[in-house]
Amino acid sequence: MKPSLLNRIINAPYILWSAIFIVIPLFIVVYYAFTDANGALTLHNIFELKEYKHTFLISIWYSVIATVITLIISYPFAYIMSRKSVNKQQMMMMLVMLPMWMNLLIRTYSWMNILEKTGIINTLLGYMGLSPLKLIGTPGAVILGMVYNYVPYMILPIYSVMSKIEPSLLEAAEDLGSNGFMKLKKVIFPLSLPGVVSGITMVFVPSVSTFYISQKLGGGKIMLIGDAIERQIQTSYNYNLGASLSLILMILILISMAIMNRFTSSEDGGIIV
Amino acid sequence: MKTLSKIFTALMFLFLYAPLLVMVFFSFNESKSTSVFTGFSLKWYSELLNSSDTITALKNTLILAVLSAVIATLLGTLAAVGIYNMRSKVWSSSIMSVTNIPMMNPDIVTGVSLMLLFVFVGRLIGAITSLNFFTLLIAHITFNLPYVILNVLPKLNQTDPHLAEAAQDLGCTPIKSFFKVVLPAIYSGILSGFLMAFTLSLDDFVISYYTTGADFQTLPLKIFSMTKKVVKPDMYALSSVIFITVLVLLLIINIGQIRTRKSN
Repeated sequence: MKPSLLNRIINAPYILWSAIFIVIPLFIVVYYAFTDANGALTLHNIFELKEYKHTFLISIWYSVIATVITLIISYPFAYIMSRKSVNKQQMMMMLVMLPMWMNLLIRTYSWMNILEKTGIINTLLGYMGLSPLKLIGTPGAVILGMVYNYVPYMILPIYSVMSKIEPSLLEAAEDLGSNGFMKLKKVIFPLSLPGVVSGITMVFVPSVSTFYISQKLGGGKIMLIGDAIERQIQTSYNYNLGASLSLILMILILISMAIMNRFTSSEDGGIIV
Repeated sequence: MKTLSKIFTALMFLFLYAPLLVMVFFSFNESKSTSVFTGFSLKWYSELLNSSDTITALKNTLILAVLSAVIATLLGTLAAVGIYNMRSKVWSSSIMSVTNIPMMNPDIVTGVSLMLLFVFVGRLIGAITSLNFFTLLIAHITFNLPYVILNVLPKLNQTDPHLAEAAQDLGCTPIKSFFKVVLPAIYSGILSGFLMAFTLSLDDFVISYYTTGADFQTLPLKIFSMTKKVVKPDMYALSSVIFITVLVLLLIINIGQIRTRKSN
């Protein structure tokens, strides 16, 4: 058997699989977005999208805030982690990843128990003689849920590039007269940028498309894009509107990825799990 | 500075573990509440063992995870070998771009797009219900494949291409040289790809939510339908069992690695 023929046989199953289950579904989304329930061409679903302008704006806004907070707390944490001994680093990494093994639904539900009207925080406040706070149903609770659930996705890529920074590089910077801040600005930050960029995408994408977090911690009052899609598909069975919302979400993600990719030219940020 | 970083680290771990501690704590609650603790009891654990629904969901989750991970590993390893041996750069880079799509796309878009495909095809062939166990399995294989490929491909790039050629010079057929020379070299990549696929499949909720039929419920789907109403501590008991299992496994692996490092 000729090697090229053998290779074609090896490649055929995956090419077929990815064509049918990755590429064609995207075209089907476009098809549903531009047709009505009977399959006739229409722009109705696209016009309908302007009803969701507010939903899109708050989804993007909350996810941006959540991503920024995640970055602010993850960056120093990853730095501290990367300066520990090898054994401690490994232990800390395990402890950061462990919560991800618990289902997101359970973790989020547990936050609901902490924050709700009769929840743990308000019970504690009650013991101290303070009046209860309204926490569930606020944007803050939804953002907290996003930060909590996706913070490991920010810590891990930043940590993995930081742990590769040679200590001798930092010593050299000190020898050349850098103080702490200069070291951070001139050495650590530029070298950790690929990790930051992949961390930002890995937090922003699931945050902007979530529906469970906003459902539980938003108290039914905060609707994000994910909730809008879920409602159209699972409750209203309006697949066409659901498809057009998904299409816009996909375009939004592509744009944000294109923006993020401008910050790194190489591929070494990559996927680090 | 030292104490400051210690306090910060402690606060971060408190934040990461607070909801998990709440979960474990209330799984021992005597009453039905998951926010007011009335007394210690193990009744939710025993209820868990007697709930056939939960056991079925757990079984379904494991069946699905094993099947989808095995198929994705076989198909993905084959694909990685094929991509690695491709002569045309245009082809291999366009296949890699397609491979990246399920990882880039939000889960909800992957789920909805697959669901629409199944519904579309179901309508074409006139099926009554278009979603079932097989559509769920297809969806899981599809989102697992990129992770297998991206674990195997770097291992292939690290192996010496002359090794396989040498084996063929010594009389191996291309297929035999693959099994004798290439496979042992990329084995660790295949294993980590399989493990990643298995855990992703175990934990997936969003994609399953859109692609499963009414007759097949996995654990995350069951948790979702339970959290639509008020949750009883039995769900916390189940999660605590999973949490402790994972914790013990990871600790054993980590301590083992630290010990071998010390003895070296």
